[in-house]
Amino acid sequence: MILSVIFAILFYAATLLLIVGVARKIALYARTPAPLKIPVTPAPLTRAGVVWQMTKEVTVFRSLFFSNKWIWLFGWMFHVALALVLARHLRYFTEPVWGWVVLIQPFGKYAAFAMIAGLAGLWARRFLVDRVRYISSLSDHLMLALLMAIALSGLAIKYLSHTDIVHIKAYMLGLMYFDWQPLPADAFVLLHFALIIVLMVVFPISKLLHAPGMFFAPTRTQVDDARERRHTAGWTAE
Amino acid sequence: MAKANFDTPALQPHQETPDLPSVKPGAMQHLKTFPAKPLHNENIGYPGELVDGWQDKAVKRLGELVDGSQALRVFLDTCVKCGACTDKCHYFLGTEDPLNMPVARQDLLRSVYRRYYTFAGKHCPKLVGAKDFDKEMLDDWYNYFHQCSQCRRCSVFCPYGIDTAEISMAAREVMDSIGVGQKYCNEILAKVHKIGNNLGLPEPALVDTLEGLEEDVEEDTGVLVRFPVDQKGADVLLITPSADFFAEPHIDGLIGYAKVFHQAGIRWTLSSHASEAANFSLFIGSGDNLKKAAMRIREAALELGVKRIIVGECGHAWRVAYSFWNTLIGPFDFLDPKYPAPQHIVEFTYDLIQRGALTLDKEANDHRRITFHDSCNVARASRMGNIPGGQFILPREVIKAAANHFFDMAPDTIHEKTFCCGGGGGLLTDDLMELRVKGAMPRMQALQQVVEENGVNTLVAICAICKTQFAKTLPHYQFQGDMITSLHEVVGDAIQLGAKE
Repeated sequence: MILSVIFAILFYAATLLLIVGVARKIALYARTPAPLKIPVTPAPLTRAGVVWQMTKEVTVFRSLFFSNKWIWLFGWMFHVALALVLARHLRYFTEPVWGWVVLIQPFGKYAAFAMIAGLAGLWARRFLVDRVRYISSLSDHLMLALLMAIALSGLAIKYLSHTDIVHIKAYMLGLMYFDWQPLPADAFVLLHFALIIVLMVVFPISKLLHAPGMFFAPTRTQVDDARERRHTAGWTAE
Repeated sequence: MAKANFDTPALQPHQETPDLPSVKPGAMQHLKTFPAKPLHNENIGYPGELVDGWQDKAVKRLGELVDGSQALRVFLDTCVKCGACTDKCHYFLGTEDPLNMPVARQDLLRSVYRRYYTFAGKHCPKLVGAKDFDKEMLDDWYNYFHQCSQCRRCSVFCPYGIDTAEISMAAREVMDSIGVGQKYCNEILAKVHKIGNNLGLPEPALVDTLEGLEEDVEEDTGVLVRFPVDQKGADVLLITPSADFFAEPHIDGLIGYAKVFHQAGIRWTLSSHASEAANFSLFIGSGDNLKKAAMRIREAALELGVKRIIVGECGHAWRVAYSFWNTLIGPFDFLDPKYPAPQHIVEFTYDLIQRGALTLDKEANDHRRITFHDSCNVARASRMGNIPGGQFILPREVIKAAANHFFDMAPDTIHEKTFCCGGGGGLLTDDLMELRVKGAMPRMQALQQVVEENGVNTLVAICAICKTQFAKTLPHYQFQGDMITSLHEVVGDAIQLGAKE
């Protein structure tokens, strides 16, 4: 029972840090002025055009595709697989489980392997490509190690330890509704949880901020209308 | 040409783009552009020499810049070190120095920002590659932020739109603020403030030069084409880089503009108060100087009572004009709202051609087999016309209307993927010649391919920096230096003066 309590407290703390940390960062990004117009070509001429361009950036990694096919392949594979895996995990947080979450269960299961393959590809580049090796710092390797360990421990729960998934779900729902339940003391489950808690905590202070940050890059989000609309902000508004 | 003390990179036969180099750490560590003298710095509002307590002051200035710039704040956080930009910089491709990879260049500043302004960098610097701002770091900043032409090619390819230009501008501003300036940019900027142009050409000399040009053109063509200065009541104020007044091939471009104005029958004027389109404040990231230098143009336009402002062939000046003028010196409610404010000379000429207002004899350019170099600031930081990508379409259409033989270089080296000439961003100085020659290599590689395949003998550009840079660097690659040609020289040579009189 003591483990259940420790993890419950850790989960609450991590959730709080994640939400407050990311919200603070988003507020900071949104509030910092962009004094000049600096959109980079191809720059849409309308707000709707910007939304469409950003949609392509987020869903198919448009720029990266034209930039480097290997990074695109591994990066996109990892992110899409991650999205599927996360969606699949919704079944541990909902009762009854939503229809579409039930539908994607089989895909989510295989996505875990795609996720690992994507991570492995990205990690291999950090050793094999001399340019990428040069720019990689310890934290870049550790981040990949963390994500890889989360994926592998998840697979281990599924295929090695045959954990009592019903009790895990009860534990998660208990956390959400403040009605704590015992956590099955399975080594892989505890490892999986611990790693996820680490990921949640480092999110707002690491490069994972690329997720919210990309929506605030003026090079991509500004409309190319400098001659038509007078833009002022920050020191240019003084 | 003096014998170079470095090797010019070899071009590969029958290849559109250069080979990918392996990294050679430290390959360009030795290249340090001439530092500004105290007077150069003081003239533009910075301390003359390295100030006491410079570490703290630099860190503080960096913090202020981040607080005032959404771009900086976001770019410093979002890089995931994916490596997509690592093979995109012409300086990396030409020098093989890994600190010329965009992400590595950014990390020189990012590592300092992290050390002083982030949780991870303050408490576990080794883990996230955070570093102190010490003398060694300052030296690396000085060397490598003066090996970035701020061309933005990397930002086109970055999945998060991270623009190294913004980071290198910020780094130069931080260095200026502690008294570490670059001679080339700071000396020139002071001349603009004091005399009105980068060359330090005073009004009488300017008037004299233009009178000489009138005589030359009349001798050549038998037609009196005017080159007016400070003509009150003119319709158009032309703001052009001062290189257009004397340098080759720039001056032939100026003659081209004059012929276009002449045939269109539009009254135009230059201004001795604002006899410079260039605004090097952009390169050093100085907002105060940027605004101050731009303000001369508003003053000149009001003083002369013009209805339109047209900008000549200059890359970064067009970025400043197109993207920043409205913000810095607008609104332009005193100009004729029928025309974009400001307007590029290529937009102006293109419109005239569309309306049939110019008589162009393409055969006059039959000796030219032309390719077009998209200048980075035009290609990636501005636009022409009213459609996306107009900055690529309009100049090509103007060339094709004035000449029969046009050939584009490889698709990965033009439009928004264009390679910088190697001399932009305040690096067009002889003390950086090694960098300029090596940085020109990717463009030269693409040029060689159209020379081999299409017999191209003319490289057209619409940027004063590109023109000067190519005139100097083409010979290093066994091309003729005079291949580089102003777009409006091609137009000017095709115009049939007198046809519309």
